[in-house]
Amino acid sequence: MFGLKQDWQLDEKARHFVLEDYEGAAPRWCSGCGDNAVLSAVQRLARDLQLVPEKTVTVAGIGCSSRFPHYMKTYGFHGLHGRALPVASGVRARRPDLDIFVATGDGDCCAIGTAHWIHAIRYNMKMVVMLLDNNVYGLTKKQTSPTSRRSFTSNTHPQGSLLSPLNPLSVTLGITNASFVAQTVDWNPAHVYETLKAAHAHPGLAFVRILQRCPHFMDGHFQDIQDDPSKILLMTHDKGIPIDPSLKRLFKNQVVHDPSDLDAARRYADTQDAVPIGLFYRNEHAERYDLDTARGIDMTPQQRMKAVDAELDRFLV
Amino acid sequence: MTTSATVATDQAPRPATIRTVSQHIVEFVSDSGEGAQTAGQLFGTIAAKSGNGVWTVEIIPAEVEPPARSRAGASGNRVRVGTKEVTNMGDTADIVIAFNEQVLYSRIDVGALKQGTMILLENKWAKSGLPGVPEAYAEALADFARRGYVVVEVPMEAECLKVVKDARRGKNIWCLGLLCAVYDLDMQHVEVELKRKLGKKSAEVVANNIALLTSGRTWGDANIEMRFNVPVEPTTQTMVVMNGNQAIALGAMAAGFEVCSMYPITPATSVSHHLASVFHRSGGFVHQAEDEIAAIGFALGCAYAGKTPLTVTSGPGLALKTEFIGLAVMAELPIVLVDVQRGGPSTGLPTRVEQGDLLSVLFAEPGDAPKIILAPATIAECFDFMITARKLAETFRGPVMVLTDANLATGQQPFPRPELKEEWLAPPIDQSAWDRTVRPYEWDPATGLSQRPIPGQRNGNYVLTGLAHDEHSRVAYESSINQHSMEMRSRKLATLLDSLKPPTVRGDDTGDLLVVGWGSTLGAIDEAIDRLRAEGHRISSVHLRYLSPMEPGLKEIFARFKKVMTVEINYSDDVNAAGFTAQNRRYSQLAFLLRAQTLCDVDCWSRVPGSPLSPSMIENALRTHLTKG
Ligand SMILES: Cc1ncc(C[n+]2csc(CCOP(=O)(O)OP(=O)(O)O)c2C)c(N)n1
Ligand code: SF4
Repeated sequence: MFGLKQDWQLDEKARHFVLEDYEGAAPRWCSGCGDNAVLSAVQRLARDLQLVPEKTVTVAGIGCSSRFPHYMKTYGFHGLHGRALPVASGVRARRPDLDIFVATGDGDCCAIGTAHWIHAIRYNMKMVVMLLDNNVYGLTKKQTSPTSRRSFTSNTHPQGSLLSPLNPLSVTLGITNASFVAQTVDWNPAHVYETLKAAHAHPGLAFVRILQRCPHFMDGHFQDIQDDPSKILLMTHDKGIPIDPSLKRLFKNQVVHDPSDLDAARRYADTQDAVPIGLFYRNEHAERYDLDTARGIDMTPQQRMKAVDAELDRFLV
Repeated sequence: MTTSATVATDQAPRPATIRTVSQHIVEFVSDSGEGAQTAGQLFGTIAAKSGNGVWTVEIIPAEVEPPARSRAGASGNRVRVGTKEVTNMGDTADIVIAFNEQVLYSRIDVGALKQGTMILLENKWAKSGLPGVPEAYAEALADFARRGYVVVEVPMEAECLKVVKDARRGKNIWCLGLLCAVYDLDMQHVEVELKRKLGKKSAEVVANNIALLTSGRTWGDANIEMRFNVPVEPTTQTMVVMNGNQAIALGAMAAGFEVCSMYPITPATSVSHHLASVFHRSGGFVHQAEDEIAAIGFALGCAYAGKTPLTVTSGPGLALKTEFIGLAVMAELPIVLVDVQRGGPSTGLPTRVEQGDLLSVLFAEPGDAPKIILAPATIAECFDFMITARKLAETFRGPVMVLTDANLATGQQPFPRPELKEEWLAPPIDQSAWDRTVRPYEWDPATGLSQRPIPGQRNGNYVLTGLAHDEHSRVAYESSINQHSMEMRSRKLATLLDSLKPPTVRGDDTGDLLVVGWGSTLGAIDEAIDRLRAEGHRISSVHLRYLSPMEPGLKEIFARFKKVMTVEINYSDDVNAAGFTAQNRRYSQLAFLLRAQTLCDVDCWSRVPGSPLSPSMIENALRTHLTKG
């Protein structure tokens, strides 16, 4: 790529990164907050893949979960509520060389940022998008979220919320050009790790919804699913998320789901009686807008000048 | 204009006299979709390319498909041609080509015609089978005669039908031919431009258009006696001709922008149209986002990753971008935002000119958000300011707002062809290792300036945040840090201000009245003031290009004049209108700022006509202030 010095590559081979190289400020999330587990999974993944810290960018909106970039020692962008995805798309546009992780909350992504969510999925620019879904607005102290269950009592709906929750999985799977959609739960670190690993390897936008516990405002909210493994529907497949044998034993409720089958993916996303986890859908050949936006990055100044000169000449008197 | 050396057509009787004029104003008006705009633009280009000064103004209907033969549907172009440089649309038209009498009324309504204006009017309506139309046409003819217009009835459609089957498409080119007769233009020249305009159209379409052009010319030579010549002054300078939005697009390419992230909005969109058609040739691309918020968000992502982006919008889009502009200020991200102003508030007058966004650009963000604001005043400046803007955005590490308006956007003007410089282009993304002892916001206390690390730079890792932060970019709630960082961001403007020179006063350095303007009104204000000075009035003007920081030395300049006032295209209360007093009146936007900035009693005259201010409107307004003393 033009302008990027190539000599760091030699240098980089000699570098070896340990967990500390990815650990930024000490996390300030509540103890037991599911965000902690996801952060540590990302840090371990970065270490295992030896991602170059200065070539890694985490982007987030605003919310508890969106504090994520501060706790990574990579580059980071903690921007505006709801707007993580346009920013991340912009970071990607001219920088095919970077690794990009996006952290977004259910308010951030599924309420204020909905338009961007839909379009980012359609753009399918390479990045890992982690929807940290705690079914509540945490940072602003317990308001109803679009993913809150019906009758959930919050500070904005003390008599109970009036609507059934929006399903971020079926929404995402309904968007044209969705190319990677998975779900996992923060309390299963091995599954979170494997899911994010598959997401990172995906050539496009990988959307991972992570059910995330918020003990502070939602104490016991996911307890039923945690206590009763049969409430989880484990999706397995050769082409899916690799499953640890211990998980296979724990989760009796399993289904073999081929992630290239979009119709089936949509059906599983709508599962009512259990929480499906695993890979719903993957298409490695979906259109990628970032391949277009990066065109021309290696043009030389001389080539650029020549082109502008030719354009100016078309307006000659 | 280039007058042909040889007799154009042999069947044409040569007119007895050619009147030589130093400037002339021609208008084309038709129903929407009949091509008057195209013909007007072509005429403007031809005049400019033959060496005349030119300014064009589009006449734009409010709707895409307005009803036929309606005042609201008038579409077209005004072209002002001169021997010398033309800087504004001028006052009243000398010649109007009208495809029906109703669209012509829309021009009469806005005072575009005067006694003696020559009207070349389509005459097919006299025998129209449409109910009421012949009567309306006859009535209009009588009315035009009473108003003192010189009407030439022209069988436009009938003549076109001799050449092509569908006269609705092609009448505009036939009329261009007609004008070629009136100005005795070199047909070879005109044909070259016409062919260029038709681009890749089929040979048959090209042949038809040439035939229409020739037919119009022939008819004009045979039937119109009036001939005008707007002489050309020889110049050795290489010139280009384009409108303001084209100049912004080309300026952006010359300035080394590689990303324009936008959402369509009139009258800004055509910048991205121009860019989209050619940007890839210089390695750039246009991102059409899902809305303006995403457009600037995407742009700031690019900025963060090392590529200074461009975003282009107009009032309503600007409003949506506000929160992100605040982030760009807070996190010190370089971005250039062009606001092609239109009438507001709300959806306002989407296609019409206004200078109504100055205060919102300056103040819209919650909290203090110091930023640089530039306002080009000419088409050439639309080009040049893009280069300045990117440099400023990077040096001062923040947003630079460039305010143009619908008048500059569509106005065509020739200007010397810029000589490109490689140093204008953006440097490649710096990927060298960062000095780990340098903090990501290491503000120089004297200037507020700091260097920023770019992803990929080893040891530069930092987390950008819109929260209050210290020099490490760490979230900081301490009052001393907040006070200091606010001061540093503000100090950058003081630093830039120190490098600016006071504006030059046009006219004498002292006098009775000083007029202050900004943006597209430059040419009209100058012309008005030249007329008043010619009458002996002691009046001068300054025109501001930097609105934030405000150019230095204004208080000293103002002190040398008995009275200072702004002329602007935005709303202010007229102190003479019922209900307004010196106490309760609200001032125009620049006046508001200048009063605060200088503590001088700056007055204002501003209007929101939905069209550019003409020199005579300004002249009349200033005259009352001069006589009031
Ligand atoms: C434009 C704007 N509106 C509202 C807010 C206030 N706000 C901050 S975070 C948030 C919701 C956070 O909920 P979620 O995205 O689910 O993240 P969580 O805190 O639960 O991780 C809101 C409403 C804001 N910062 N900006
Ligand atoms: S409030 Fe909830 S989401 Fe926020 S940090 Fe605490 S536990 Fe986590």
